Amino acid sequence: MSIALLASNLVAAGTPASTTTTVAKNCTVAPGGTKVVGLCTSANSLHISVAYRSIAPMLILAIGALVLLAVSAVLPKRPRVGLYPALTSAIGGLALLAAVLQWFDGAAKAGTVEIGGQIFYDRFSVLLLILISIAVILSSLASDGYLRREGLDGVEAYVLMLMSATGAMLMAEAGGLIMLFLGLEIMSISLYVMAAFHRRRTQSGEAGLKYFILGSFSSALFLYGVALVYGATGSTQFTQIASYLAGNVPANTGVLLAGMALLIVGLGFKVAAVPFHFWTPDVYQGSPTPFTGFMAAVAKAAGFAGLLRVLTQALGTQQADWKPIVWLLAVLTLGVGAVMAIAQKDLKRMLAYSSISQAGYVLLGVQAATTQGSSAALFYLFTYTFIVIGTFAVVDVVQGKGEARTDLGAIRGLARRNPLLGAAMLVLLLAQAGVPFTSGFLAKFYVIQASVDQGQYYLAVIAMLAAAVAAFFYLRVGLLIYQAPDEAEAPVSTPGGGDGVFLAGLEPVPSLDGNVATAVLQAPPSGRIRVPGATALVIGVSVLFTIAAGVSSFAIDFAKAAYSLL
Amino acid sequence: MLATLSAAMLADTSGQALAHASAWAVFAVGAAMILTGAAGVILLRNPVHSALMLVVTLFGVALEFIDESADFLAAVQIIVYAGAVVILFLFVIMFLGVDRKEAIAAEPTKLQKPLAALMGLVVLVEILALSRVDHWASGAPAQSGVLNGPGDNVQKLGQAVYTGYLLPFEMTAALLVIAVVATVVLSKRSAGSPERSSQGDAELSGRAGDPEDSEVSL
Repeated sequence: MSIALLASNLVAAGTPASTTTTVAKNCTVAPGGTKVVGLCTSANSLHISVAYRSIAPMLILAIGALVLLAVSAVLPKRPRVGLYPALTSAIGGLALLAAVLQWFDGAAKAGTVEIGGQIFYDRFSVLLLILISIAVILSSLASDGYLRREGLDGVEAYVLMLMSATGAMLMAEAGGLIMLFLGLEIMSISLYVMAAFHRRRTQSGEAGLKYFILGSFSSALFLYGVALVYGATGSTQFTQIASYLAGNVPANTGVLLAGMALLIVGLGFKVAAVPFHFWTPDVYQGSPTPFTGFMAAVAKAAGFAGLLRVLTQALGTQQADWKPIVWLLAVLTLGVGAVMAIAQKDLKRMLAYSSISQAGYVLLGVQAATTQGSSAALFYLFTYTFIVIGTFAVVDVVQGKGEARTDLGAIRGLARRNPLLGAAMLVLLLAQAGVPFTSGFLAKFYVIQASVDQGQYYLAVIAMLAAAVAAFFYLRVGLLIYQAPDEAEAPVSTPGGGDGVFLAGLEPVPSLDGNVATAVLQAPPSGRIRVPGATALVIGVSVLFTIAAGVSSFAIDFAKAAYSLL
Repeated sequence: MLATLSAAMLADTSGQALAHASAWAVFAVGAAMILTGAAGVILLRNPVHSALMLVVTLFGVALEFIDESADFLAAVQIIVYAGAVVILFLFVIMFLGVDRKEAIAAEPTKLQKPLAALMGLVVLVEILALSRVDHWASGAPAQSGVLNGPGDNVQKLGQAVYTGYLLPFEMTAALLVIAVVATVVLSKRSAGSPERSSQGDAELSGRAGDPEDSEVSL
């Protein structure tokens, strides 16, 4: 067939009609036939303008990762202490600067589509870029102490962190499902390796393997969803999907619904919403602690960015279909997260379930499907970034070398061993519980308000009940911090009988009484805790932001500005 | 004038006949490669040779794709299957040991061989029966869907990749960086870690290929 075509081309080339001609500007047709002509007639569509400023933060992170690799190659084997984290946070700082400049850019304010429709350049994405840049700065500083203590210091962790953040930024800025999937993969594959980063700990390798297998599975489901949505609407770009659905009724709604469901499953896995949360406790527990904080902040933010884009923008007309699904997801996530967290004996595992229940509140904002709900969700993610990175930084300091102590007892008497650290942890826990004058309170308030404004009273009541349940385990840990470390020098292994005293009068769930109490009563560590400078800085910034965003409402104004123009 | 026109027409028809003949020749060569390769995969003793014969089969399939004007599929066939998948097979074979004797004489299940023969026979009969359905195997070249505007599908794909999908295409490179760094991270033997258990070692080195796997599947 092609040979026949070629033969006829050769014959045609002999006639004088197709000698060298100029069809369009900068476009010459060489003698030789239709192929060259075809290229030329579409010459104008071959031009693509790349608005570099729309992807500047992402480029800075990606190029920064390569620069780090190059620097590590030319430096001697053991470079100066703290060089890599300093460079990484500087790269993150540059990205943050670029993102802040983007915020004041007119094009971002108006909201445009750039680079062949692949990038959404608006304040919604810019806010998430700011969030991710901050997460990179804080996490790289928090990781330094951990990596050096565990003898894992090197450039690799920081390169992976930067690449993962690059993927998350792609997800936040994605203008279509293909870009979203690519960002998801870049982010996730880096995170799988980061989870398995601690080579000498079996749990770490296990966490990486588990995250990898389940994550690949969810990515495959997501991809299937992309294919089905494309099949139903004829496009993978969010704006085109929305305009198609606004003007047409799909011939086969089953295909669209199945695609939508699969997209929700794929993204629900990344944000750890409840039926898809089974990986979370194991992965959060096994991963190196500062990386867990990074994972919880960035993967959740990027996942929710994708969810908001897909549901409210691309499938905004199908609200009646997806709202009940998200309603159920939110209820399950809130309930399971809060209840399971109570039963945990391990600090990191408890925080994993707590992060699941936090995802439930963000889903509340998504479910409202209004500008108000989406900006509340963004605000929640923004405050949670600081809270979760700060919390895991404290846990990292407390657990000691080799992550020896991550049980709840490890935190007992923290205030004695380091008063400032204890106070910081208490503030961060109270913020997660949603106590007033912390950012966590405002965040919960806004999502519940958005839900109530949509008439979702049951959902609001369930969310408040879940918050009350959650307050129990946050306060339990908070009280442990202020207990004397020498109060239970001898490990008490018999369940019942006065254990409640050690839980400061709070009665745990009866059936779990024995378990929780014995875990708490393992010989508490003693001695003053030394906090590395960089980690102290991270914890300080987190606490300051948590309080500042709690007493003033500048952050929510910020988030509202991000979403009002979407 | 008339003479040149008739000469051109003559050239055209003879060109078509030539094209038809050469298409048949290409098909025959491709089919021979596929069958030789497939037979080689089963018959050769050395697993490495079997894997190489699989490459011959895949090249034959690529040749048939070219014969059917599916240029892009042919290129992908060679790049992905012959280039990546078979190399992965070879990695596995090398890892497990080429010269290791496998005890294949002992059958795990008694019925396996007759059942396999029966299934093969059923499939063969099926194919023969289907080839008798005249509208299914007409002998005409495959007709692909109408392309939007001039240019063949390789050109279309190339234009799409370098215009609308430029950014996704470029960002895929990030996966390569991650794969390299991840391989170093997961397989590096740090000097100050003698306490690492051999079991965890094997587990981790086995996982080193994982990011590459997912990259291939992309």
